[in-house]
Amino acid sequence: MNIKRLIIVAVGGQGNLLSSKVLGEAACRLDVPVRMSEIHGMAQRGGVVESAMIFGDAQSAIISDGEADILLGFEPLEALRALNRCNSKTVVITNTSSLPPFTAAIGKGIYPDMEIIKTFIASKVSRLITLDANALAKKAGNELSVNMVLLGALIETNILPITAESIHDAICETTKQAFVDTNIKAFESGRVAVQ
Amino acid sequence: MHKLLKDHSGEKMFLLGNEAIVRGAIEAGVGFASTYPGTPSSEISANFFQIARQSDLYFEYSTNEKVALEVAAAAANAGVRSMCIMKHVGVNVAADVLMTLAYVGVRGGLVILTADDPYMFSSQNEQDNRYYGKLSGLPILEPSSAQEAKEMIGYAFDLSEKLAEPVLFRTTTRLNHSTAPVVLGEMAKRVTMGDFGKDPFNYVTVPAVSRKLHIKLLNNIEKAETISCDSRYNIIEGEGAWGIICNGVSYNYVKDALCDLEVKDKVKIFRVGFSHPMPGKLIKDFIDGCEKVLVVEEGEPYMEEAVKAFAQEAGYTHPIRGKAPELFSRLFEFDPAMVRSAIASYFGIPYETSDLPDLSDIPDLPQRPPNLCAGCSHRATFYAVNKAIEGIETIRPTDIGCYTLGFLPPLSTGDFLICMGSSVGTGCGFSKTTDKKIISFIGDSTFFHSGIPGLINAVFNNHDINLVILDNQTTAMTGHQPHPGVDMKAMNHDGFGRVSIESVVKGIGVEHVTVIRPYNVKKSITAIKEAIAHKGVSVIIAKQACTLFERSLKKQVGKPFYVSDKCKNHRDCINDLGCPAFFVEDEKVRINPTLCSGCSVCAQICPEHAILPLRR
Repeated sequence: MNIKRLIIVAVGGQGNLLSSKVLGEAACRLDVPVRMSEIHGMAQRGGVVESAMIFGDAQSAIISDGEADILLGFEPLEALRALNRCNSKTVVITNTSSLPPFTAAIGKGIYPDMEIIKTFIASKVSRLITLDANALAKKAGNELSVNMVLLGALIETNILPITAESIHDAICETTKQAFVDTNIKAFESGRVAVQ
Repeated sequence: MHKLLKDHSGEKMFLLGNEAIVRGAIEAGVGFASTYPGTPSSEISANFFQIARQSDLYFEYSTNEKVALEVAAAAANAGVRSMCIMKHVGVNVAADVLMTLAYVGVRGGLVILTADDPYMFSSQNEQDNRYYGKLSGLPILEPSSAQEAKEMIGYAFDLSEKLAEPVLFRTTTRLNHSTAPVVLGEMAKRVTMGDFGKDPFNYVTVPAVSRKLHIKLLNNIEKAETISCDSRYNIIEGEGAWGIICNGVSYNYVKDALCDLEVKDKVKIFRVGFSHPMPGKLIKDFIDGCEKVLVVEEGEPYMEEAVKAFAQEAGYTHPIRGKAPELFSRLFEFDPAMVRSAIASYFGIPYETSDLPDLSDIPDLPQRPPNLCAGCSHRATFYAVNKAIEGIETIRPTDIGCYTLGFLPPLSTGDFLICMGSSVGTGCGFSKTTDKKIISFIGDSTFFHSGIPGLINAVFNNHDINLVILDNQTTAMTGHQPHPGVDMKAMNHDGFGRVSIESVVKGIGVEHVTVIRPYNVKKSITAIKEAIAHKGVSVIIAKQACTLFERSLKKQVGKPFYVSDKCKNHRDCINDLGCPAFFVEDEKVRINPTLCSGCSVCAQICPEHAILPLRR
């Protein structure tokens, strides 16, 4: 099976670990070989959380610099920072809703302008897809479902061997019962947003 | 029921490496487990803790790794299959037990898990604990995947019982924190009670007994080498004149590299999963069948040294390389591209590196360093100490926990750190050899772990130090595990005692003991000033529950604050506290109400009293 490598970058608290878990469960259901690794030691303390997921016949659970097929950014600055994980063929999907780091918030460092972020990313990779996942999540009924919106956008690219139906099943299985409907709504809104 | 307790034999589950390890232990019928929490091993114990509440498995968070291993050593010598879990540096703490337990041995299986942390994602060093196998003489097993980790735990218990000695199970962060589909197996019946057959001339390690036991250990190492040579975890794969010897996660990178380089038919792989004792005979045969050999292992040249020694014994002169400037480093962790490129260069395989984008034109991006949480009581304590010591020259040794982050600006509290508990002992040393005021910082869990002997030392040797115990009533850094000072009843856990830090400190004989509430800034500063004016040992216990933990327990009651129009932009709040709830908008300080926990510390220090509770 063709190997596809996905990097997800987010800021602690954005729920990317749940989205990678849903993806992994979906892959399991489809019998797609999958390996994932996460660095989340500082997740609760405002640091960057990164997941690597490898779909297909590979054994490694991490991705070297320049070797991601897709980069999914939960936060635009972090997507830009992770460009070293990409190459000229990489597809980048990023949320446009920003979470300025504390350093920028107090004036130590400048958070780049959104248009500059987009231009930079677009100039380095094959395709950039952007969406305001926070706004879509809010519209779907829960601002915390940003992760599901971004998952929708990711699946819609059809790069990963994962179907939307299997994600639905995995959401039902993995996320809290009370949030399943909103999560599916958020997931679908992410798909529509990038069609 | 806990997902790892369900008998879904034959089914596939998407499991974290650490979960797979727990499942492996459950399938092997483990009856007893102990730990001191430490990343990257923490999820193993977190799962055992939950499982123990739903089954007859016994699990405990012990005071430190030494105690954890003593507890487990006794359980195993009562015949109960036991597991003891710790991070790599935890083994240093437990090493006194380990070295002689290797002589004494066990009756029931004992698996000691050491979670190494190449690259130091969350550790103070990246020591390679395979050397503990050599040092103690005990067998070491190293899995390469979550599935294999699960299987190998059962093998480890069998091996431990066969050799009647503990087995070291070595993982690395990438194994612990990787997730993959794992096929579950059947669960053996759990035995949680046994008996101890007295045999003092084999169990009481006076010199005459130990001399006999050391002979037994050396015999066991020979037996273990024979088993290592037959082990299903020392695997030879493929055919070809080039040889690669690898272990752990490096094996995965090697396998992928051989596919990428299209040289699968030219290379033989020896994957070492049973790495102490190294399978000498097999390695010799392997070398003999190769033109040249590359050793791929993260960390130290542990296997490389052994392989070269075997080659020397056999009189082989084949090139054998591993750690070298142009091949592999002893530093940090490997990745697939690094391994691919070293294999290509060593064997002379043409290979094009992937086209990395030119990122030189990207501007400097603002960093996102980890920070103490909004409302963290440690920030309040550090602020109060900084105010109390204005004009006084100090050295401030710190310790291991969330509060280590206090060494970053603007709090800049933390001058020296070696290991768990070192703030107290090093404080003693600095007090005798410098004329600065010594203020040491230690967390509550770390105090219990290894701060107490240092404090006793300070009292006995009459050192002039002030110790600030940051008591947030949990082991916050590793995920809010309990410790002996925690009120377990309040968290609906019955059957636990509780040790008061204040009583311990007073019992040790510290003359000047003060308890402060760090959210009360003025009172805290006054109390700290008094304590550091005291000549001799003084202790401040800064008591305030971890705000993150309180939030997760839905106990948070504080209302958020906001910055009113009275603000004159002094920015003491931002500059002195650095709380992540602040941000600047249109040149004005603002507070993010969802992050603000209502600790009120900033409101107390604002010179204009401009920060007020938000009324909704």
